[in-house]
Amino acid sequence: MMTSVETIKKLKFYPDKCTGCGECERACSQVHFKTKEGGDKSALQITKKEGTYRIHVCDQRGLCLDMCPVGALTRRKNGVVWLDKKTCIGCQACVGFCPINAMKKARERIEPFKCISCGACVRSCPQEALELITVHLEDKKEIVYHELGVKNK
Amino acid sequence: MTQGQIPITDYKTGNTQYTWNLKKLKETHKVLHEYTYHKNEVKRGYADKTLLIDISSNTVQEKNVSEAMKELFTGGRGFGLKLLWDALAPATRWDSEDNEIVITTGPLCGITQYPGCGKSICLTVSPSTDIICDSNVGGFFGPYLKFAGFDALEIRGKAKEDIVIVIDAEKGKITIETAPLEEKNSHLLNEQLTSLYATEDTDKARQKVSVVSAGQGADHSFWGCLNFSFYDIRRKVPRMKQAGRGGLGTVFRNKRIKAVVVKIDKLDGLSNNPMDPHKLAQVGTKIHQEIRELDRYQCNMRAVGTVHLVEIMDAYDILPCENYRFGSFPKAPRIYSPEFFKRFTKVIPDGCWHGCTLACAKTVDGFTVKTGPYKGQKVTVDGPEYETVGCGANMGLWDPDWILEFNFYCDTYGMDTISTGTAIAFYMEMYEYGILNKERCDGLELCFGNAEAVMDFLHRIAHGEKGEFLSIAPRGIRRVKDWLITKEWGDTKLIEDAGMESKGLEFSEYVTKESLAMQGGYGLTLKGPQHDEAWLIFMDMVDNAIPSFKDKAEALHYFPMWRTWFGLNGLCKLPWNDIEPANNAETDEPPKVPEHVQNYVDLLNAVTGKNIDKNDLILQSERCYNWQRAMNVWMGRGRRQDDWIPYRSMGPVTEMEYISRKDRYDQQLVEKMGLTEKYVDGLMINDKIRLLYNYRREQYQKLADAVYYRRGWTPNGVPTIQKMKKLGFADKKMLRMLEKKIEEDEKAGLNVWGGTYNKGEKPPSADAHYWLKW
Repeated sequence: MMTSVETIKKLKFYPDKCTGCGECERACSQVHFKTKEGGDKSALQITKKEGTYRIHVCDQRGLCLDMCPVGALTRRKNGVVWLDKKTCIGCQACVGFCPINAMKKARERIEPFKCISCGACVRSCPQEALELITVHLEDKKEIVYHELGVKNK
Repeated sequence: MTQGQIPITDYKTGNTQYTWNLKKLKETHKVLHEYTYHKNEVKRGYADKTLLIDISSNTVQEKNVSEAMKELFTGGRGFGLKLLWDALAPATRWDSEDNEIVITTGPLCGITQYPGCGKSICLTVSPSTDIICDSNVGGFFGPYLKFAGFDALEIRGKAKEDIVIVIDAEKGKITIETAPLEEKNSHLLNEQLTSLYATEDTDKARQKVSVVSAGQGADHSFWGCLNFSFYDIRRKVPRMKQAGRGGLGTVFRNKRIKAVVVKIDKLDGLSNNPMDPHKLAQVGTKIHQEIRELDRYQCNMRAVGTVHLVEIMDAYDILPCENYRFGSFPKAPRIYSPEFFKRFTKVIPDGCWHGCTLACAKTVDGFTVKTGPYKGQKVTVDGPEYETVGCGANMGLWDPDWILEFNFYCDTYGMDTISTGTAIAFYMEMYEYGILNKERCDGLELCFGNAEAVMDFLHRIAHGEKGEFLSIAPRGIRRVKDWLITKEWGDTKLIEDAGMESKGLEFSEYVTKESLAMQGGYGLTLKGPQHDEAWLIFMDMVDNAIPSFKDKAEALHYFPMWRTWFGLNGLCKLPWNDIEPANNAETDEPPKVPEHVQNYVDLLNAVTGKNIDKNDLILQSERCYNWQRAMNVWMGRGRRQDDWIPYRSMGPVTEMEYISRKDRYDQQLVEKMGLTEKYVDGLMINDKIRLLYNYRREQYQKLADAVYYRRGWTPNGVPTIQKMKKLGFADKKMLRMLEKKIEEDEKAGLNVWGGTYNKGEKPPSADAHYWLKW
């Protein structure tokens, strides 16, 4: 059962080690689109801002789970938020409602995609700047939008 | 459970669980006709076929959709009107053999990337108005119909016994089957049929089925609505949305249709086969983000749906209280949105079609029914929406739980909450004056606030109980007015002025006394008094942005055209202006929400591959709008006299109403009519009422003049041939008919302006036959 999930696997980034080589993005797009292009086809993005590298990727908080009208988004046993492409009807609700824009959409496919903590980027990184770690689900839960709405009224 | 992130499998409604003997139900079905078809693939938003099912002869026919039909009628309501023009005769009435129920989709219907893209538009000759009534509705049926291969469905004829029509896209099969044992009321019937026709016993399979049904209330009233189901995989119930207005359910049950079921084999983000899917996703994501960021500060739709309007309407004195006598009420805070928020089940998404993140379709799960056949059971109530709560105010029901009870039974009995509520409010006012009483109401004590009596009335209608009142009252305000007047139970003028109907249809829930433009928004309409053509109260009354007749006429041209466009394309109007971009107020025309208009231009082009602009959208609507008006003329109800509205919608009918807003009205007598304060102070209330009465009725006539002129119609409200030709119509039958009607009006001396223009005032054109010079 999904409710028995207590921990989640997520990506951790060590900016000090990163050299911005882009291997992780290429490995990611290989997983999702069978191409080494990276960029928009990668679920994670490395950018450089004010001299430091930053990562933009899903942290598996799962606010999107409640957005899916067809149940294509579920939390798997390892705590990862998973999008089932076959069930997805491409509405982009999860894309538009992700507060950190971590649900991605590439031109090639109507269904979005996201980080699934598969570790391909971790393995591809020559600097060991990426790591898969385990955190407690409870620490990740956030209040939902409708509640925010009423409180702010 | 109120928190988010509830796994889909874990959510419980707490509803009463039913077990059905589906095998037995199925075994009793006798197949009357079976038709196999090859499913047409949807291309660029069109299936390019429509389906005609004749249930008298049990025949099925597929019709091709021509390029010319798409060009002239676009889709949705436009297609419906064209199909009905070909099928009906001017004398066709609601219960005629040749009347049809048409359910249409539209080229954007079924796209999932943008909110509010799953609407069906239903049309029929209405029992209330004797002309075509169109009603738009959410739920899965419209998109599924298209993905089953049809842009529209026409049902003609009458069955001899209760039937279901099944469109099975999985097998490419359409069947007409008898259905003797199924429940009659929607909340149970939809559950049975969803399970019966789902390919397997899973929520995913049930989500691929949509049912259209009515209920016992539709059997015995003119307020019958159609319930369109959408299966909720979290709540595990087929929820429903209503095609409410105009008695569609009444016609449906008169044809002895129990339900129409559609089942699709697959659905994905590209089922419409759009030209540019990525563009759709871009435009869609942009508005999803807008909703995420701004809805909570704007309409709060995601939390409470349209109920957020209750407190606003009360604050602006336009919430209809006790049959529109007042626009606000001391008890109104009891039914403000926070009261419903407490009851709404907080599970998202709550869209009536996939991808609608505005999510206004709120529910109360596990609601314990208080009266009637389902007393004590726990059910899911879909709603209430603003209009239903407005009906509560109108009937003096200031308790959210009674409003829920009213909502639940109206829905499951297949009755329109708006028509039912507005009519009962009128009966209650007549009861208060003694024009009706307990005896004349067949034992019902229909005084304001008597919720038990309201529910008793509904149950007795549903059971088809006999009685003079019980047989006339469910036919609506117009018939009751005639009845009361014939019986000489009250003052004719009071009865006519207080009953809120126009063209035979009941008003929806806004008080329009202080907004002339909105009076036009209700009266100068195609199907009758509703607010889906224009909602101009704030523009007119609060912002004073359209002061002249010409300004109002322009608004009563643009907005009805713009809003008609949603119905041509299978769209919901709400994501247009119930969420606005942050910088909307700084744009040239904030009421039009220019950025969102551009979104729709982009959507249409991305789906169809066309390259059209915002003016072309208005042209599409203008064609449909004028066509429908011409059909009204054809059927005998499309002239100035038919656009009349009762005085209750224009001003104070009774002394009590005048006194309740005395300062306002006294001031108007001075400021608008130029009387001196001293003179006004010396008048009796009745004299003041009369002065205002004459003034406001005259204003309405002048408004009609300006609007007809702007729309290119004769001063009697008939679309001119010149206008129709400008719009691209060459249909000879149509043009000849209009020519004849305009000639008739000419002979009767009706092609003259309706307003009396004093010195310094001018009619819209010096020449009342202005169109002849075009």
